[in-house]
Amino acid sequence: MLKTFPKGGVHPKENKFSAGKPIETIELPKQVSIPIAQHIGAPAQPVVNKGDVVKVGQLIAKSGGFVSANIHSSVSGKVSKIDKILDTSGYKQTCIVIDVEGDEWLETIDKSKDLVANTDVSADEIRTKVLDCGIVGLGGATFPTHVKLSVPPGKTCEHLVINAVECEPYLTADHQIMMEKADEIMVGCKLIQKAIGAKKVLIGIENNKPDAIKHMSGIAKKYENIEVHALKVMYPQGGEKQLIKAVLNREVPSGGLPIDVGCVVQNVGTAFAVYEAVQKNKPLFERVVTVTGKSVAKPCNILARIGTPVNELIEFAGGLPEDTGKVVNGGPMMGKAVSTITVPVTKGTSGVLIFPQESAARPENHNCIRCGRCVSVCPMGLEPYQIKNMAVVKMFEELEKERVLDCIECGSCAYTCPAGVPLLDYIRQGKANLNKILRSKKS
Amino acid sequence: MDIILNTLITLSALGVVLAVILFFVAQKFKVVEDPRIDDVEGCLPGANCGGCGYPGCRGFAEACVKADTLDGMFCPPGGNDVMKSVAGALGMEASEKEPQIAVVRCNGSHEKRRKTTVYDGPSSCAVSHSLYGGDTDCAYGCLGLGDCVEVCTFDAIYIDEESGLPIVDEENCTACGACVKACPKSIIELRNKGKKSRRIYVSCVNHDKGAPAKRACDSACIACNKCVKACPFDAIVVDDFCAYIDFEKCKLCRKCVEECPTGAILELNFPPRKAKVEKEETSEVAN
Repeated sequence: MLKTFPKGGVHPKENKFSAGKPIETIELPKQVSIPIAQHIGAPAQPVVNKGDVVKVGQLIAKSGGFVSANIHSSVSGKVSKIDKILDTSGYKQTCIVIDVEGDEWLETIDKSKDLVANTDVSADEIRTKVLDCGIVGLGGATFPTHVKLSVPPGKTCEHLVINAVECEPYLTADHQIMMEKADEIMVGCKLIQKAIGAKKVLIGIENNKPDAIKHMSGIAKKYENIEVHALKVMYPQGGEKQLIKAVLNREVPSGGLPIDVGCVVQNVGTAFAVYEAVQKNKPLFERVVTVTGKSVAKPCNILARIGTPVNELIEFAGGLPEDTGKVVNGGPMMGKAVSTITVPVTKGTSGVLIFPQESAARPENHNCIRCGRCVSVCPMGLEPYQIKNMAVVKMFEELEKERVLDCIECGSCAYTCPAGVPLLDYIRQGKANLNKILRSKKS
Repeated sequence: MDIILNTLITLSALGVVLAVILFFVAQKFKVVEDPRIDDVEGCLPGANCGGCGYPGCRGFAEACVKADTLDGMFCPPGGNDVMKSVAGALGMEASEKEPQIAVVRCNGSHEKRRKTTVYDGPSSCAVSHSLYGGDTDCAYGCLGLGDCVEVCTFDAIYIDEESGLPIVDEENCTACGACVKACPKSIIELRNKGKKSRRIYVSCVNHDKGAPAKRACDSACIACNKCVKACPFDAIVVDDFCAYIDFEKCKLCRKCVEECPTGAILELNFPPRKAKVEKEETSEVAN
């Protein structure tokens, strides 16, 4: 029997139209807009000025604190302005706008495609490289990776769990990286393992990617202590806590972190980025983005430079279909609709999904019929309908007892609700307000 | 017959005994409450709106009785009259405060501010605000989903269907500040009501530069500084590409209103403008 998490979950239609499509590069855009806040934590501080000439991979914004990340130029050219531009957050954020001229890379970056398998670097060196290269979690949450690689004193890490689940429907970016860069990923895993001092690496892959499971298992045999686990197709299998429960049968305590049960979880794309940072000296300035949708002419996986306007990616995939109703940044379950297609690709853009008009609109909102489906699908064992009701009447403090802070915002409750109640929107409200209250209490 | 008699006697005896016990217990655990709290509460409007910052009118009354002075204590719905009677009940001095009113600082009606996206999420400004800047290109303006209407205890604010903007009912608004707290875009402000309810304010909080602000909304403040130059009383400042009129300094001369190229500065309850000579007289009267 396939491993899975024990509680809740849903299984939306997979719709992986771009599966098996090779990772392609597109023509460089004329201009890129690189936001200084692409990660969780403090925004980076720009270190270039208008008119400066930059090369590919050059540092353009310095990390603004421990939980923050460096930002590097993804193109070579001239900084045309530092201005507020609408990005994937739905708000105007400070971006460094660069006019592209040629494609001149920093000399320190190893551009060759050869595998550098020698992992003879110290844990500190790995951490420094990851920090310098601005690596963040590429699964979508964009949490700075160097923070996760610094195991807090008094804690030990036994297992590195690699999230290669890609449980979001439509997305195939991670799948394709595994098919094309398996060796590099394994070396990346080894590097992360070394940095955190883990004994074992466990890679979890959902069973709807049999080719990837076979390929990765084959390659993993070449390396010590790397295991590949096939997991049941169930959303949100790729949630940190769900993944740990599935592969190790350990439960992260409420309010705790994976390190509390001796684990660190990293996305498979992040492992590849760590490989490139440490072995090739290449900062994180490009990522694989899935561009797909029902009416998209040519669904594909694109290696896109950070800051490329999303519309250029859509152009490459055959242009915006006529019946487009909504364009989503990220996966269909946790992604967010963009307000204009000129928003730039960021480190967190795992996919660009184009939904036709008929499936873009939210379901009509009716009253809760008390069927309890939201409770049965919640992978964290919460009571979404109750949390929503309490958030509506602003009982934010009482929500702490309902464990609202454990919500991983996977959206299974809202997805399954037969009455179309926007549960997740209100749960997020409750969470945000409770966090505000807790913060003000602390200070 | 005996049964009824016995029952009556037993129950009466029980009643008497328990009453005596209750009497002594009540004496023993008596809560001495300052009778002035009731007096003060009697003076208050009893709306429990929370505008004073205390949990309801009783909370405010308790705080007043405990406080040494009434400085900083104010009941917005009651106003100066209520505070005077509270002060009378406590034998203290009440601090006078200019009457205030809620002002919606967004002028971007449907007509002036074009929709660029469709929002079909929950009808709540707070939710919409957490998702994105709003269904127009102006990320600062009113979302029109009525969080302010929902929190108002006094029926003093409603959404105008034609413009999609909230309108404050001057009669009903008590300046309790509930809507100010509820608005996620911080558009609503409490401003002095002004003589004869006359007010002038910049009805825009857009901090974008002039060009994008104007593209998003026809009546956005474009930070051109014309009003700052026109103001004879130094009441207007432009901060981060948006003008603000200090209501303490403003003498209601209306010069800025004429200067504003986008019509972002609004004047309320003024008589219609007449010929130029007479207008100057009006401004003197207003002074």
